[in-house]
Amino acid sequence: MTHPARLRDSAPARQVAGFGTFALDAARALRDRRTWGPLLLEQMRRLGVESVPIALFIALFTGIVLALLSKYIFTGAVPIYFVGTLVGKAIMLELGPVLTGMALAGRVGANIAAEIGTMRVTEQVDALETLAYDKHAYLVVPRVLAGTLMFPVVTALAIALGVTAGYFTSLNLLDLSSAEFVKGLQIFYKFKDIWYGLVKAASFGAAVTLIGCLQGLATSGGAAGVGRRTTLAVVYGCEAILVLDAFWAVVLL
Amino acid sequence: MIRFEHVHKAFGDKVVLDGLSLEVPEGQTTVLLGYSGSGKSVTIKHVVGLLTPDAGAVTVDDQVVHELDWEGLTELRSRIGYVFQFAALFDSMTVGDNLRLGLVRRALEPGEIQERVEQSLRLVGLSDTEDRYPAELSGGMRKRVGVARAIALRPRYILYDEPTTGLDPVTSAVIDQLMIRVREELGTTAIVVTHDMRSAYTVGDRIAMLYEGRIRQVGTVQEIQETDDPVVRQFIEGRPSLEDPRDAAALSGGSA
Ligand SMILES: Nc1ncnc2c1ncn2[C@@H]1O[C@H](COP(=O)(O)OP(=O)(O)OP(=O)(O)O)[C@@H](O)[C@H]1O
Ligand SMILES: [Mg+2]
Repeated sequence: MTHPARLRDSAPARQVAGFGTFALDAARALRDRRTWGPLLLEQMRRLGVESVPIALFIALFTGIVLALLSKYIFTGAVPIYFVGTLVGKAIMLELGPVLTGMALAGRVGANIAAEIGTMRVTEQVDALETLAYDKHAYLVVPRVLAGTLMFPVVTALAIALGVTAGYFTSLNLLDLSSAEFVKGLQIFYKFKDIWYGLVKAASFGAAVTLIGCLQGLATSGGAAGVGRRTTLAVVYGCEAILVLDAFWAVVLL
Repeated sequence: MIRFEHVHKAFGDKVVLDGLSLEVPEGQTTVLLGYSGSGKSVTIKHVVGLLTPDAGAVTVDDQVVHELDWEGLTELRSRIGYVFQFAALFDSMTVGDNLRLGLVRRALEPGEIQERVEQSLRLVGLSDTEDRYPAELSGGMRKRVGVARAIALRPRYILYDEPTTGLDPVTSAVIDQLMIRVREELGTTAIVVTHDMRSAYTVGDRIAMLYEGRIRQVGTVQEIQETDDPVVRQFIEGRPSLEDPRDAAALSGGSA
């Protein structure tokens, strides 16, 4: 049996503990609204609005491929209007949030870790602290809030485009009628299909930005250190998304 | 008053400070000398809580820095200006915004903030750089912006980490005069880290030399100039010590 103390000191346990303390520090910094308030909009633009093109690009092709795949799967066995069901459900529940999350883990997570990491190794974070700022309130909170608010927005746009792409693919390449696709889309539709995906997206946004900030602030050792932490931010961000995805499936479905 | 009491600090197994004790009297400028890598920057980072001692303590106005809670530390930091060795300017902001950031935090009036920004940049001779970005400035100009950012706060204490290194002699002299003026007009207590002996003699009321993790000697400028401690003498006179005769031979191109 592993001794409890050794378990506590093991690398993953220490990482989880470190992440917990960090998240608590960030939560405490929420009180300092005078610091993060003015920075929030700019971060929402940088992390959210600027991520829209990549998310839409992915959604477009996902919608097309899903429609083609479901036709291939259903041919002969299942009424063809189920193409609409599969495209809608798959994009709303899973592919919209997760693929968008993955793309943003790359774009947003790397961006945050590289920026804060560079500030760390050039002592800009220290300078911020000597000016009596809380680094969590100034650097972490605006990014995490922006991620939590904007990931669902970007995901919603991606879902809308993905379903639309599936619709036009079905009409033009698969000989479905508009009515058939819409029938399939509506037949098992629940309101939960929408909010489930968006709740997931919000949790992905919080995780990716928190991890990016944590890796950035933990950076040491010059340009190589920044590169290493940036990579870790993307890898851990993607892993966190997959784990959270499974977690929500267990808890909410 | 800033007081170091038997401060120990190591990174891994590399001991940097080994029981350093020093008092920095109120209203005076104390110069901290020492070889490159001897731990001067590490020493002053303890004053603002950027580093915490492994043992011993640093006190500012009788508050032990590493025992302060977050509010206490923030309050302490708002009394201290820090000039970073490599300027540490915020590179995503203009020079003006670099100066403004600390002033905004202190909740000053916008008019007052603008006045201080312009005045501080004028004092370091960089009036025309307010709207430029740090990447567009030379190393020496960045350094001076770092000085301006600290003095704009009009703090009670200022810690200057090599404020004149890398500046031309005339600009160095300007910064020296500025540090003296700041002390005279604001009554600021300062620690100045420097290798520049001319600057040390000009701005220092007292001089301390850091050597092997401790203060080797501390005294008035005159006491230091007249010291008979061989380590201090060697440093202030800038005599080289190639202790290994093979090195000397290698450099002169001959064989040992
Ligand atoms: N964060 C850190 N991690 C590990 N080692 C460090 C760290 N900071 C400083 N050191 C080590 O501590 C020693 C003292 O560094 P410090 O920067 O205080 O020197 P210094 O006296 O300011 O030198 P210089 O005059 O060249 O600026 C060096 O050997 C340095 O490698
Ligand atoms: Mg130094």
